[in-house]
Amino acid sequence: MAVVNPLGIDLDQYKYGFHDPVDTYAFRSQKGLNRKIVEQISHLKGEPDWMLAYRTHSLGVFEKKPLPTWGGNVGEIKFDDIYYYMKPAENQGRTWDEVPENIKRTFDRLGIPEAEKKYLAGVGAQYESEVVYHSLREEWTKQGVIFLDMDSGLREHPDMVKEYFGTVVPPEDNKFAALNSAVWSGGSFVYVPEGVHVTIPLQAYFRINAQNMGQFERTLIIAERGSYVHYVEGCTAPTYSSDSLHSAVVEIIVKEGARVRYTTIQNWSKNVYNLVTKRAVAYRDATMEWVDGNLGSKLTMKYPSVYMLEPGAKAEILSVAFAGAGQHQDPGGKVIHAAPHTQSSVVSKSISKSGGRAGYRGLVKVYPGAHGSKCAVRCDALILDDQSRSDTYPTMEIDEDDVQVTHEATVSKVSDEQLFYLMSRGVNQDEAMNMIVRGFIEPISRELPMEYSVELNRLIGLEMEGSVG
Amino acid sequence: MGAELVIKNLWAQVEDKVILKGASLEVRSGEIHALMGPNGSGKTTLAHVLMGNPFYQVIKGGVVYNGEDLLGMAPDERARRGLFIAFQYPVSIPGVTMASFLRTAVSARRGYEKDQLMSLSEFQKLARAKVEELQVDPAVLGRYVNEGFSGGEKKRAEILQMALLEPEIAIMDETDSGLDVDAVKIVAAGVNRMYETSGNKMGVLVITHYPRILKYIKPTKVHVMFDGRIVTSGDAELADELDHIGYDGIRAQYERVAAEVVGEGEVRSAGKVFWVQH
Repeated sequence: MAVVNPLGIDLDQYKYGFHDPVDTYAFRSQKGLNRKIVEQISHLKGEPDWMLAYRTHSLGVFEKKPLPTWGGNVGEIKFDDIYYYMKPAENQGRTWDEVPENIKRTFDRLGIPEAEKKYLAGVGAQYESEVVYHSLREEWTKQGVIFLDMDSGLREHPDMVKEYFGTVVPPEDNKFAALNSAVWSGGSFVYVPEGVHVTIPLQAYFRINAQNMGQFERTLIIAERGSYVHYVEGCTAPTYSSDSLHSAVVEIIVKEGARVRYTTIQNWSKNVYNLVTKRAVAYRDATMEWVDGNLGSKLTMKYPSVYMLEPGAKAEILSVAFAGAGQHQDPGGKVIHAAPHTQSSVVSKSISKSGGRAGYRGLVKVYPGAHGSKCAVRCDALILDDQSRSDTYPTMEIDEDDVQVTHEATVSKVSDEQLFYLMSRGVNQDEAMNMIVRGFIEPISRELPMEYSVELNRLIGLEMEGSVG
Repeated sequence: MGAELVIKNLWAQVEDKVILKGASLEVRSGEIHALMGPNGSGKTTLAHVLMGNPFYQVIKGGVVYNGEDLLGMAPDERARRGLFIAFQYPVSIPGVTMASFLRTAVSARRGYEKDQLMSLSEFQKLARAKVEELQVDPAVLGRYVNEGFSGGEKKRAEILQMALLEPEIAIMDETDSGLDVDAVKIVAAGVNRMYETSGNKMGVLVITHYPRILKYIKPTKVHVMFDGRIVTSGDAELADELDHIGYDGIRAQYERVAAEVVGEGEVRSAGKVFWVQH
């Protein structure tokens, strides 16, 4: 039965669950993965030999690595039933007029043009495996800021890419990082020169369109000394009956005194495996901040990490996860203190409902000699009914005595007293419940740019429909 | 026609104890009633049953509000129809600002459709006016609901909510307890001002353990509750008499009533059964 909410959205049809006809792709690889396909991808992109060698090496690593036996159930992924590369249009649009009509329609439905008019200064929108639309504000270009899709980044700045690519997340790191390294396509390449502060967030919209279409974007952000940048990605995917795989790699280098914030609001449709490796290295007095909102997907395993390599480095990880029926959210974070006087803070909020499973998996590692370091971990779980589940797996490896490490964890249910209080003021039960949940995640949502904060609350509101008996 | 709350022979229990044992009381538009009584006599239980706290179960009796069965309504419906309670121990809602909560509440009370809100500017104008009128620190609107509020701040925030919601009948549940004399005066002044603002039309039920607030809020009628029922009623002077004989005098004068807890299935929740299934 179709459930229509007050906003007039038919919830049986996933909100962004529309799709364009698949036959408009300029090129589509065969299903499955082998050396020939990897070579084909590299050839089509006209990549330098070293990248081809990197891809084929990574494929070997992928084939040898076992699947992880912890976290969620990844055993059901049919690697042979996935398209590893698709190219929707021949050319990458620079201006809106150049973007093909049907793709425009998709963007229209996602609200991107309006968004751009209002507040976007640069849009790197990934449509399938190619970025089709990309604009960058002129003043940044003047400042030397580079914001390109990864393929263009490699073409236009091969030396820089070669220097950093794969240095933060090597293919050997894990099976899915190896897979991404073999077949990556799209993603963003961001370079911020010394001392430059990018005041308006760089935003990219990611989107998977075709059925069984893997998306393997690769993002590399380099923040030179004393620079600042906020990168924002929002993800949506249409609904299909068979499972999709999203396996991205994000590498960030935060140099001395620089600060990078990376914000994600993802809302994959509920058949997507979202297995992402995100990692940053932070040098002297640098600050890395991950803000991560996980809604949707069938399974999300994502542990943004920060390696604090030099004294004074700071890490902040904020994550919120919402798991409804049939969903398993296994987010978390890793903070690695590898130098003295480094500081980290992890705040994780998870909500589970209707049999969903959400939690926190984290690692705090303090190396010997990282004296005077501080780490605070806080994870709160809100469980909305008896069928749902929350798991917390905090791992701490502290090999230095002179450190302060705290860990706080709470698991709670929405209290009847709170519901009664709100209702006694005339607020209906659904809204009272929503209010309490919004309040629960407020420490995260207040860190988001306004429009994302609104979107997050709205998406959670949709997920909450009918959650009260 | 004014508002009318008629409580008739109300019996209610909580968990394993019967607390209300035949309480009857009528509060009408423009009347100010004081409900006094020793601790544990059932005053707060009565207030919560009237507002529909599902923690309490009604065994028998009924409450008619403006001609309708109040006990058949969920708490939010009661509030939208003009019933208000200033709680003795308001709970905090972390992460939700007073402003956003009150905007939602006022919109609901004013009959906006579900999920519709009054405009932000209209609400801000209204909230600013009330904050000024009640001499509340405007910063309260930006704070999370009752989070980290002192006892006095909580009570004043309850009065602010009452002023914004403009109830027809307001119940003050021991709003004066735990406050110093100055704070009691401020709270009483707030209630009096609201009463005047309503054109002396609001009905008020002041529940209190101590007579001192009645120096500042002049009741039309005073009732004494003991062991779950009202044992005596009179005019304002009854409060003074009570001050002399004390609650020990009341205890000596009246007998306790034996009552048995009623099994599940035979009782109804004070509010409709609407709770989240835990």
